[in-house]
Amino acid sequence: MHLQIKNIRIVDPSQKKDSVGNVFIENGKIVSKLSGNVDKEIDGRGKIAVPGLIDVHSHLREPGQEDKETIYTGTRSAAKGGITTVFCMPNTKPVIDNAPAAEFILLKAQKEGLVNVFPIGCATKGSEGMELSEIGVLKKAGVVAISDDGLPISNSQIMRRALEYTKMFKLPVISHSEDKELSKNGVMNEGKNSTILGLRGIPRQAEEVMVSRDIMLAELTGGYLHIAHVSTAGSVGLVRQAKEKGIKVTAETCPHYFTLTDDIVKVYDANTKMNPPLREQKDVDAIKQGLADGTIDCIATDHAPHIQEEKNREFDLAPFGIIGFETALSLILNELVDKGVLSLSDAIAKMTLNPAKIFNLTARGSLEEGSIADITIIDQKYSYKFEEESIVSKSKNSPFVGRKFNGGAVMTIVAGNVVWQA
Amino acid sequence: MAEIILDTKAFHVAVDKISKDIFDENQNIQNIAIVGIEKKGVFLAKSILSEIAKLAVVDAPQIPFGTLDITLYRDDLDDFGLRMPIIKDTVIPFDMNCKNIILVDDVLYTGRTVRAALDFLMGFGRPKSIQLAVLVDRGFRELPIEAKYVGIKHKSKEFIKVDCKETDGVDKVTVVPTKDGITGG
Amino acid sequence: MSLNCKDLLGLEHLDKKDLQTVLDSVKPFKSLFTMSVKKAPTLIGKTVANLFYEPSTRTRTSFEIAAKRLSADVVNMSIDTSSVAKGESLIDTGKTLEAMKVDYIIIRHSLSGAPDILARNLNASIINAGDGFHEHPTQGLLDLYTIYEKKKKIEGLKVLLVGDILHSRVAKSNIWALTKMGAEVTVAGPPTLIPTNIEDLGVKVYYNLDEAVKKVDVINILRIQLERQKENLFPSVHEYIEFYQLTKERLAIAKPDVLIMHPGPMNRGVEISSYVADSSNSVINEQVTNGVAVRMAVLYLLSPKRKKNASSD
Repeated sequence: MHLQIKNIRIVDPSQKKDSVGNVFIENGKIVSKLSGNVDKEIDGRGKIAVPGLIDVHSHLREPGQEDKETIYTGTRSAAKGGITTVFCMPNTKPVIDNAPAAEFILLKAQKEGLVNVFPIGCATKGSEGMELSEIGVLKKAGVVAISDDGLPISNSQIMRRALEYTKMFKLPVISHSEDKELSKNGVMNEGKNSTILGLRGIPRQAEEVMVSRDIMLAELTGGYLHIAHVSTAGSVGLVRQAKEKGIKVTAETCPHYFTLTDDIVKVYDANTKMNPPLREQKDVDAIKQGLADGTIDCIATDHAPHIQEEKNREFDLAPFGIIGFETALSLILNELVDKGVLSLSDAIAKMTLNPAKIFNLTARGSLEEGSIADITIIDQKYSYKFEEESIVSKSKNSPFVGRKFNGGAVMTIVAGNVVWQA
Repeated sequence: MAEIILDTKAFHVAVDKISKDIFDENQNIQNIAIVGIEKKGVFLAKSILSEIAKLAVVDAPQIPFGTLDITLYRDDLDDFGLRMPIIKDTVIPFDMNCKNIILVDDVLYTGRTVRAALDFLMGFGRPKSIQLAVLVDRGFRELPIEAKYVGIKHKSKEFIKVDCKETDGVDKVTVVPTKDGITGG
Repeated sequence: MSLNCKDLLGLEHLDKKDLQTVLDSVKPFKSLFTMSVKKAPTLIGKTVANLFYEPSTRTRTSFEIAAKRLSADVVNMSIDTSSVAKGESLIDTGKTLEAMKVDYIIIRHSLSGAPDILARNLNASIINAGDGFHEHPTQGLLDLYTIYEKKKKIEGLKVLLVGDILHSRVAKSNIWALTKMGAEVTVAGPPTLIPTNIEDLGVKVYYNLDEAVKKVDVINILRIQLERQKENLFPSVHEYIEFYQLTKERLAIAKPDVLIMHPGPMNRGVEISSYVADSSNSVINEQVTNGVAVRMAVLYLLSPKRKKNASSD
């Protein structure tokens, strides 16, 4: 299969490239020129080719909660959002704390997935925070990081060991930073709005206490720490300081944390309930600043599907999480690029070059010759309203339903195959 | 175009006539109590009360007086949408039992207001009688209700507007064509 | 005149005009209480469901009497809170009631926002009878009316709320109503029971009750849930009494005409001494009477599913 994308603006942070040209694909790889006849030609005028987007934080729910999402539906949802690679968290049922479980994900993804799927393994057995899982074996099976995600390791000794032990595999430990005692029973950000709504608050410090601890342990151990979904101004400051001190720490945030505040919780709509919770404007501003100055390396979706019955109920009883694959790129374009927070190239780096580097993905996140031909084609003039009916994910729990966007993915190419087209 | 059916002079003549009839009918003036229906009926009732006091040669405050807002007893509350009518306070500061109640309203039309007022009054006790006095009988009754004392009979499908000195600066009664936008009775 | 809405979910959503509308509407309903037949046919043929997910004899009885005095039919449903998570969903219960053509649903729930969720999913009028730590709008209105009745005004009055502000929906509704009507609201309690950013709602905070009681026109004392002690929100009931009980001595340093209020049920000898509860300053019983009248006014003003295109003939 020989594919040619002609006259397209190529934005590739890995090569610091932003110019109009052609992209050639042969046998699923990027090449400098085709060796034979063109099988398919795509007119790229007015559009932008970027390396396929990599989402380092998602929940595909398979195995165990196939009513919410499956690898089949989740990867289709990702493809629609221009995402070519997703990392899936191990909090499935059962959890991914052993090699066969990780292999199941990879096998299933190979069979049914539309985009690349890389599993994240549990840091501890059963995600119980007591004993380290077989991290090395998991790594051999194909996990790209370890994490107990929503069940953060509360025991500092165990977190220390995880950061220490993973060093030999250069495997990042992803920290969902939350002091569960401090956030106990909380369902939204603690502040004026939680007081008005009478909902129990989760203070920013519940996140920041653990970000601090994990940074200190990273300093102690020299391990590879990656802070998941940074939501507060304080966390941004802590990561910035740590980086200045030369501690090996990286961080991600999610589109909702640079777009929304807890003002939208107002009517007790559980589609605004996620963990960490939406914060306030000063946090949104700090996160944008952190993205701009490089403190925050990645943008991930934390795509967390839940069915309507679970969400359309008492706010306290509804589960945390929102879907994110299908809105991430448009939010990055509208909230960061259009508003001048990041250049297009720097914004794209947060979902291509940076995640590929941090999680040691070879031949991805770049359009350099020899890279795997995962490509996202963006049209900044593609205007659409995000409607519930248009959602490809099995779940529809998004606070962005009804929002109008200018710009998004119009074509998604995985290993040289067009897997989705607007 | 509003047609005047009672000018100020005729208005006062009508009130005097009603008062005289009530006085003649109720020999034992100590047993009567006057109740006006909010809101024009209240002003009329006050005028009638002071007329009767003059005729009976007593001080007006000696005659028991009450006011009634029948909103809570209306049979058409479902028609108000989200804009519910303002309710005035109902004040019945006397024992209703064994009294002859003179119930006063400005216009008698379908009879539904009076029906509501009767139901309301019964909640306060068991009056000896209830006698209805109205300034204008407009006809077109929908319920078997008649007034004992009537100032003027003027059969009309059009809205009859009663002005009182207290609220409108002048005592008069006019017929207002419905298309002028006001309905009611 | 109306509240221009289907539901009463919280006083946060009412403006000064709406609150004044309620204050102006209560008296005719209260007047009905003096009749030998304490009843009007206003809501004849309407059905009111009391849907209570939390035990509350007082509020439920008050609503029941209010509805019955307006001739509505009343059904009571009490649902054990412990079964909320596993039992029928709130929305399904609401839809079941609606299928039975219930016009008003009066809901009490231990979780904040439950009435909002019902209101979003149903056509019936939803009245919040207290939800979690959110609001208790009819209590707020009856407190407002009781103050208005006694002091003839709200604007410029100084009102003090004492106790567990953090978990108090009554405090929240009082704060909205009073501040919108121009009163100055202060709260007093231990810092652990004062919610974050409460000053943003326009209230002053005192930790010292002796300081706080001076110069106020009204003291509204909130019920302290004894179980809060287990959450380490205060060290002991003994210590709470020491610092926050409204005692005879504290009443003595307040204004002579200060109104003493309590939403009930009282823990006599804990947040309020019997002397204060039974003093001539106390309007606690009037609050209960006014509660019925205020709830009648609310039922009248909300008027579910009434036809549009009003004609007043």
